[in-house]
Amino acid sequence: MNETVQPGFVPIEALTGPRGREYWRSLDDRDAAYTPEENEQFSEEGVAVSEASRRRFLSLMAGSLALAGVTGCTRQPTETILPYVDPPENVIPGKPKYYATAAPVNGVAEGVIVESHLGRPTKVEGNPDHPANLGATSVHSQACLMDLYDPDRSREILKLGVPQTWDAFQIAWEHAIGPLAARNGAGFRILTETIVSPTLGAQIQALLKKYPGAQWHQYDPAGSHSARAASMAAFGKSINTYYNFATADIVLSLDADFLACGRASTRYAHDFAARRRQGDRLDMNRLYVVESTMTATGGKADHRLGLPYSQIEAFAAELASQLSIPGGASGSQYGFWTTRVARDLQAHKGASVVITGEHQSPAVHAYVHAINETLGNVGKTVIYTAPLEEQPVDQIASLRQLVDDMKAGRVEVLLILGGNPVYNAPVDFQFADALNHVKTSIHTGLHFNETALKTTWHLPETHFLEDWGDARAFDGTVSITQPLIAPLYDGSHSQLQLLDALIAFPGRTPYEIVRSYWGANSGAGNFEQWWRKSVHDGMIANSALPAITLAVAKNVVRTAAAAAPNDSSMEISFRPDVYMYDGRFANNMWLQELPHPMTKLTWDNAIYLSPNTAAHLGFENQQHVELQLHGRTVWGSVWILPGQPDSTATVELGWGRWHSGRAGNGAGFNAYAVRTSDALWSANGVQFRKLANPYPLASTQMQQYMEGRQVIIENTVDYYKRNPGFVPKAEHEPEENLTLYPHWDYRGYAWSMNIDLTACVNCQACVVACQAENNIAVVGKEQVLARRAMHWLRIDTYYKGVPGNPTAHYAPIPCMQCENAPCELVCPVQATNHSKDGLNDMIYNRCVGTRYCSNNCPWKVRRFNFLLFQDWTTETWKMQRNPDVSVRSRGVMEKCTYCVQRIREAEITSQDENRFIRDGEVKTACQQACPTQAIVFGDKNNPNNRVSKLKAEKLNYHMFAELNTRPRTSYLAELRNPNPEFEPGAAS
Amino acid sequence: MPQYFARSANTIYRLVLFASAGSVVVVACLGYLIVRSPYESMQNVPREQPIPFSHEHHVGGLGIDCRYCHTTVETSAFANVPPTKVCMNCHSQMWATSPTLEPVRESYRSGRSIEWTRVNDLPDFVYFNHSIHVHKGIGCETCHGRVDKMPLTWQAQPLTMEWCLNCHRHPERYVRPRDQVVTMGYKYPPNQLEVGRKLMTEYHIQSLTSCSNCHR
Repeated sequence: MNETVQPGFVPIEALTGPRGREYWRSLDDRDAAYTPEENEQFSEEGVAVSEASRRRFLSLMAGSLALAGVTGCTRQPTETILPYVDPPENVIPGKPKYYATAAPVNGVAEGVIVESHLGRPTKVEGNPDHPANLGATSVHSQACLMDLYDPDRSREILKLGVPQTWDAFQIAWEHAIGPLAARNGAGFRILTETIVSPTLGAQIQALLKKYPGAQWHQYDPAGSHSARAASMAAFGKSINTYYNFATADIVLSLDADFLACGRASTRYAHDFAARRRQGDRLDMNRLYVVESTMTATGGKADHRLGLPYSQIEAFAAELASQLSIPGGASGSQYGFWTTRVARDLQAHKGASVVITGEHQSPAVHAYVHAINETLGNVGKTVIYTAPLEEQPVDQIASLRQLVDDMKAGRVEVLLILGGNPVYNAPVDFQFADALNHVKTSIHTGLHFNETALKTTWHLPETHFLEDWGDARAFDGTVSITQPLIAPLYDGSHSQLQLLDALIAFPGRTPYEIVRSYWGANSGAGNFEQWWRKSVHDGMIANSALPAITLAVAKNVVRTAAAAAPNDSSMEISFRPDVYMYDGRFANNMWLQELPHPMTKLTWDNAIYLSPNTAAHLGFENQQHVELQLHGRTVWGSVWILPGQPDSTATVELGWGRWHSGRAGNGAGFNAYAVRTSDALWSANGVQFRKLANPYPLASTQMQQYMEGRQVIIENTVDYYKRNPGFVPKAEHEPEENLTLYPHWDYRGYAWSMNIDLTACVNCQACVVACQAENNIAVVGKEQVLARRAMHWLRIDTYYKGVPGNPTAHYAPIPCMQCENAPCELVCPVQATNHSKDGLNDMIYNRCVGTRYCSNNCPWKVRRFNFLLFQDWTTETWKMQRNPDVSVRSRGVMEKCTYCVQRIREAEITSQDENRFIRDGEVKTACQQACPTQAIVFGDKNNPNNRVSKLKAEKLNYHMFAELNTRPRTSYLAELRNPNPEFEPGAAS
Repeated sequence: MPQYFARSANTIYRLVLFASAGSVVVVACLGYLIVRSPYESMQNVPREQPIPFSHEHHVGGLGIDCRYCHTTVETSAFANVPPTKVCMNCHSQMWATSPTLEPVRESYRSGRSIEWTRVNDLPDFVYFNHSIHVHKGIGCETCHGRVDKMPLTWQAQPLTMEWCLNCHRHPERYVRPRDQVVTMGYKYPPNQLEVGRKLMTEYHIQSLTSCSNCHR
């Protein structure tokens, strides 16, 4: 090192290089085969280079420059103002209003508060009082606005594709049901998804009472089939299980991605992270994950073991035997793990959780019940309640019976309330063919989907933000959902309204139906008061189902021990997609473009293979293959996923829709095409055949690559105890005065952010929240491939360790709001400037699109509108936009603003009220959505603020501090709590 | 070989050269002037409205407070245009059969809004907030002019960014006591700079010139 360099200065070279490859984004990256030449700044792929000659280019440029000048001279178009005629009470134009309701997510309700600008719902936030999310939101709650405003929603009543009136439907209904009424309705069937709405349940029962011969079938492709089977076996009845992670010291997940998807994941992630921070992180919980594919939860684990789907049961059986549970199978295949995990669990009786995924086999569920019972967790960390479903049934048997009856001609009128069985029923049921035997079939839904194509009638449904209803949350808490907006389309009816009409036309309004149901069932003395409070709060007070105590039958009946898969007999497992779920969100553009946690795939699903298996099969990443399973085939691309168990493939359900709308059609491949009723979640004997045509996948994993610099700092809790100052600071950060920038004294507010890497679970809720709040455009698959996705906030996934079983590390990267911002210096038109409170402002109307700023940003957080990505024409999407944020056009750079519109709003409100902004008063959209509260935002000039306290912690560090840009966003280094017994050389 | 051009051609040549260079400057200056002129900014142009509403009559003549109609000016970013019902508060009794007011009654009967033409229209990338300006003692008149003298309303100021910054950089020149905010024809005291600075301290007025104060 040059002797004249000032102390404290560390040259960049010393921090990059081999160290950067310790944490890798892809296998190429790990082997340092990924070169910066491929970086987006130098990438030409996807950039539309025209064949124009130099002369033509110059003449075009001269012309456009002249025109650019002329545009400055245009007069503003004349605008009109349309005031109310008779203004609603309490509506102040320019001030949003907030209403509580509940979003149905993964089959249960999540409490939300919806922001409404002059009657247009524009943003969904979590309801802080609701137990399912405690103020945070899942990706689905955030994205539900895209469903509401989806221009491809079904708008009119159709009979065989021809528009009809409600009256015509009534006549047709009476005509169809008339002959059946004489037979008590025999021949009339209802097919629903899982129903967790008490009022809807009562409505169906009322309809069945009118037609006692009718039958009610239920089918949810991603439902809790195994959990139900296990609880029938263990308790003799259906029950609901949920977990309390807030008091769980040890968590063992047997193939459950409980932090990032599934019922109550928002609450689970919240509790899990809170427990991880306990005692200044010195009293951290421990997470073991045994799983059949790499998930966000697995990446977070202190110890992770990848096992084929079929072997999880063997693992559970061995663990059960270690815990002396009858029915456990002694074995020593996983002895290293099971002995240690069992010891750890036994040392924390009553304070541990063993959880398994909805898709695991009933036997694993049964083992989990037995293990939790043995460990004394039941009633403490594991809560049993009565089922959430209005009528829990074996849904596969229920659908099978319906299909058999349909084929036998015993079904004359079939009412399909929601759902999409033509697309997602097990393929061996041949549901679409069976529909041909039904004389009158009626489908209701938000979309004219695959099932609607095959039924005689289709009735559009209202969105949950358009109508009254109710639903239960994971613990049974009931929310009455209130509408935020009148139905956008006249033809649409809610399921409640339709059923009421079918009982007796014309039927009551949904408001009357819900109100009258609760009028009879609330048990409140003063109903009006009870109703107003329940609607206002977004939930009915104390309506959670009471915990029940049950005797657990510990004799687990094992499925015949499955042989472990090998490369000649490979195993496939199916998962509901993290975002598409069972396929219902396929036309949701925000979710389509949301990068998947571990692969960063957008707009597609893929066949996940382990690096070893892919090498054995001779597949490169993104190889297009034909997947063959027992004579059925489907085409998809391979994605090599670190951490995927060898000889297994995992595919996600919910893709490959052919009639979902403009976003979902043709995105991904349809894994339902090979999913049969006897192998709902896993099957053996999958084979692959190479296809010639390439099928590229749009993954953002290697985009916005930061040159292999050190992003993640992490270590174990034990190490932290011994070396509290392990996060390099003194040698790392240059002195403050080592800069050519003039000094600026930040008086007043100094907005800053802290992100806790220990807490982040990569659920991506922040990314959608940011998109919704800041009017961020969706660009489509081709543009994502060209590295042009527009997300202002991204979560980078890094892997560490061996490709077969790596750990994963997540780094949310917003704009760092550097005090010495490199982007500002290079802007030739002063379109990005520093604000007095330290924000790095971006002024769109000044930007001429040189992209110098993006070039100079070490974090690559600036995103450029290469094309007109915003949809300026579709009317419904205009309604979603946040009026407090500019809608950007082509040729403009944009980036995270720390939600400056919220800061300025709070400043104005506080000054109107003659006070300072309180800590926590300004929440950025990402912070508000974050289930684990990993993101904290506030004024760092006040040492009592939460963000200041976090920044004072020993774990605090600035990413790329050596560059001396003095970022306002800092990170808390990640801590893990591995079991010392797993160390090589520790006593067994 | 004879010369094609006389010596005098040199002068013409120079003239042409200078004139063409000069014309670029002139055109640029002209363009600049036009852009900033009332022709472009629509300043001082009375705008036609569905009803020839006169602020001169309602404010100047009758002395109705601004906030009787523009109710949200103290609470919201947006100073609302009054709902038809507010018009009808009086006009169901006064001038109740006037043909001029038929559009008001028509709106009230049909429930359809009156379509007013926007007079003070900032570009969509500018986020102006009325409540904070009123709260900090900026008079309505400062931006909107003497509306009590406007038979048809017009835009009184250029509403350019330069004009905004003029005040944002020197609020002491324009601030007035809060109780004078709605006053029309307010006379600034001779020692306004001194009074203004005092008011700035009292009302905690900062000189806000960060980009994101207005552009988001």
